[in-house]
Amino acid sequence: MVGTKIIELEEVAIRFSGDSGDGMQLTGALFSDTSALFGNDISTFPDYPSEIRAPQGTIGGISGFQVQFGNGKIKTPGDFAHVLVAMNPAAVKANANFMRPGGTIFYDVDSFTQKNFDKAKLKTDDPFTECNLDDFIKVAVPITSMTREALKDLDIDNKSILRSKNMFALGLICWVFSKPLDYIEKFIQRKFAKSPVVVETNLRVLHAGWNYGLTLEHLTPRYIVHPAEIEKGTYRNINGNLATAWGLLAASHKAGLDLFIGSYPITPATEILQALADRKDLGVKSFQAEDEIAGICTAIGASFAGKLAVTTTSGPGFALKSEALGLSVMAELPLVVVNVQRGGPSTGLPTKTEQSDLLQTLYGRNGESPLVVIAASTPSDCFHFAFTAAKIALERMVPVVLLTDGFLGNGSEPWKIPKFNELPSITPRIATDPTTFKPYSRDEKTLARQWAFPGMDGYQHRIGGLEKDAAGNVSHDPMNHQRMTDIREAKVNRVVEMIPDIVIDGDQQGDLLVVGWGGTLGYLDGAFREMQTKGARVGLAHFNYIKPLPANTATVFSKFKKIVVCELNLGQFAGYLRDKVPGFHYYQFNKVQGLPFTVQELVENFEKILEEK
Amino acid sequence: MTEILEYTIKDFKSENEVRWCPGCGDHAVLNSIQKAMANLGVRQEDFAVISGIGCSSRFPYYMSTYGFHTIHGRAAAVASGVKCANPKLCVWEITGDGDALAIGGNHFIHCIRRNIDLNIILFNNKIYGLTKGQYSPTSDRGAVTKTSPQGTIESPFIPGQLILGAGGSFFARAVDNNIKHSQQVFEDAARHQGTSVVEVLQNCVIFNDGIHAEISDPKMRDERQIFLKHGEPMIFGNQKDKGLILSRSGLKVAVIGQNGITLDDILFHDVTEPNGYIHQQLIGMKLPDFPVAMGVIRAVEAPVYDQLLEEQIAAVQSKSKIKSIDDLLSSGNTWVVE
Repeated sequence: MVGTKIIELEEVAIRFSGDSGDGMQLTGALFSDTSALFGNDISTFPDYPSEIRAPQGTIGGISGFQVQFGNGKIKTPGDFAHVLVAMNPAAVKANANFMRPGGTIFYDVDSFTQKNFDKAKLKTDDPFTECNLDDFIKVAVPITSMTREALKDLDIDNKSILRSKNMFALGLICWVFSKPLDYIEKFIQRKFAKSPVVVETNLRVLHAGWNYGLTLEHLTPRYIVHPAEIEKGTYRNINGNLATAWGLLAASHKAGLDLFIGSYPITPATEILQALADRKDLGVKSFQAEDEIAGICTAIGASFAGKLAVTTTSGPGFALKSEALGLSVMAELPLVVVNVQRGGPSTGLPTKTEQSDLLQTLYGRNGESPLVVIAASTPSDCFHFAFTAAKIALERMVPVVLLTDGFLGNGSEPWKIPKFNELPSITPRIATDPTTFKPYSRDEKTLARQWAFPGMDGYQHRIGGLEKDAAGNVSHDPMNHQRMTDIREAKVNRVVEMIPDIVIDGDQQGDLLVVGWGGTLGYLDGAFREMQTKGARVGLAHFNYIKPLPANTATVFSKFKKIVVCELNLGQFAGYLRDKVPGFHYYQFNKVQGLPFTVQELVENFEKILEEK
Repeated sequence: MTEILEYTIKDFKSENEVRWCPGCGDHAVLNSIQKAMANLGVRQEDFAVISGIGCSSRFPYYMSTYGFHTIHGRAAAVASGVKCANPKLCVWEITGDGDALAIGGNHFIHCIRRNIDLNIILFNNKIYGLTKGQYSPTSDRGAVTKTSPQGTIESPFIPGQLILGAGGSFFARAVDNNIKHSQQVFEDAARHQGTSVVEVLQNCVIFNDGIHAEISDPKMRDERQIFLKHGEPMIFGNQKDKGLILSRSGLKVAVIGQNGITLDDILFHDVTEPNGYIHQQLIGMKLPDFPVAMGVIRAVEAPVYDQLLEEQIAAVQSKSKIKSIDDLLSSGNTWVVE
């Protein structure tokens, strides 16, 4: 390796990009896991089309996976990639705008054919010049032919050969970033244990890629990113959907109740249902319903029968669940609904991220229909907020909606594994005295009713969607309806006693308060820190509790001259704040492109707001 | 520990005033179900009665058991959740022709397909009563109602055929005014493992009065209804002189003693026959060529969803290395930072 230039970096973002059948998601995930095992902090962002196999070689068929890793706290997958691995010309074109100036592009030179230029709708035979990428370091790698060469004496078909190209790219990138291959080798051996030929194929190509790196020598720089300074403990990588599933499961065990999930597959929430369907060992009952409505209705039935009941979905499915969600409000049954938001309206952008279901969640039901709304803000804190959603539902006898999004659900990061006995207790409000039990008699402090379910002798009662009086009888009495409506609203508002105050990060008072909620935390954090390094007096208030809002919200807002609310919609949270926390001027920064914010665009916008008189 | 449960109908009546119209068929069905429940040997607190929306769906309020009056069309889904959550419960779903077959059609067929151990009582009055007289999915073609002033131009569902088509393991039919018979049918339905559907021909005294009168008229009962019993010949008539035989074109009514027909020629009823050929024809029999089939028409053994769910959980738990949340969280790839 004499002559190879080694660059030490704080953090690097790499984007793997190819056809949706090229295995880029697996390649990215394996590289991410390797980095995390090496001790780097990481953050990942899979970006893929909604078609399973879109036409090969076209821009629409491009599937990407970006990972940023570093030796400090990594909060986002990075605005722009330092390194692009492009399996074809379309991948170069599709990612041209997501590259950091001066970055490095490794590309499969074998794929640079007229046919593929045409498919990518390139006008010339030089994608780099055409896409303004002249200033980049471009490394032409004959990935396809080298893969073929490595496998020439194996008796396998052409399709299998092409399918293992991604391992060549992975091996090469591992060399470039000085990552050991042992984790990936073990993964391949385990995953394909039943097929020795496949193991052999993948391992050979992986090593061929690594060895090819050696021959590159000083033609390309080699990077080293040292391990991060991370809190002591045992870690694992986790994505938001898995963290959500496990948070719900942990809550059910804390509460001493079985978990029931009634759901219908929908992108990007399906993985939660899959993860829980695979946890029968921990007592989960999973029910793949015939539709979204049956998903929530079976969950409501399970809640009526005394289980921790959840249903998981995304925007369109959430819309279908509306009426039943109203039933759970009326029946005052504990229920957790997870909405992994995606681009809307209608079918919208199924695989892209957005935060545009906030108002639907808060208000999208008939009648006065209040419920608790909370939002997770990183892939791993989905565990905490799913757990908390269940705790609130069970202790306050109320439906709780947990909002995550496609970015959190699919994105992953290292997570310090908590101990079960260190998690907070959960005390479901199960009735204990049949002589005083009435379905709608309440705890004075929390206004929560008691929970009694079939099988419990002496508590037999009827509930339902019709308005009831305290004794559980159907009532059309005008004053009773007023009273019960007020109580349902007050019950949700009193959840404020369970939730922490909002904490300002950065300056505690100053010129600009950056306000966000949910999955944008990493980017807002990055942007406000950059503002701080430039000397601005900036704070960040990031909300996880939407309804009710933390008790100190207005106090926090009053400490800043300007407030900007940043969200991936047209201003839903900003509008909600104008209603609930009046008396402030809320600037807005909004984006609806199916993509996360970039730190750069946030910083530019903040600077503009600060300059305004 | 076996305990003898001695309940009477009173143990299932609630203190709520029953608010169906005087003369409504629902009153009789309520009594009949309460009597059936008292005989089942199931603890009172283990009953759950789930309903959707419609006149009949007020049913849970008139019971002293656990009850849940849910939303339109969704009772089958809610009841599925209740039963899967706790298979020890005896779960009844009360629904109507609009609730189960129109707005709730999807849940209804999928519940039957899964064979979840529910007792579904389908009140069929061929009309929307609670919204005051619009046609339903079981209204006869041409029925004149408020939303079909010139008569309907659509064909009705035959509930039993829909159930067979969905792979149903149990179907029975009863008439509201025959409490003794319907009570026995409800008990049979409750004892069947899997989804049992009982279609009750029920009279809506206000909006569709007499819709089943030709069938249900007590004076003509023996001539116009055939009461099927498993393992017995399918005979009917005041003189028990008529029966069903199988011709090349299907079931036929024959008179015993005429054309050389003897009792030995009459078909025996077999509820357990998985092939639905005969059951399908029994369901389709209508006046005036045939009597209308009553009682249990089909009751075949089939895997039960809620039981299999429990079995899968037990099987996985006995094998899996993951016994606790801590086991789960630390499974797979982890690393230690020191």
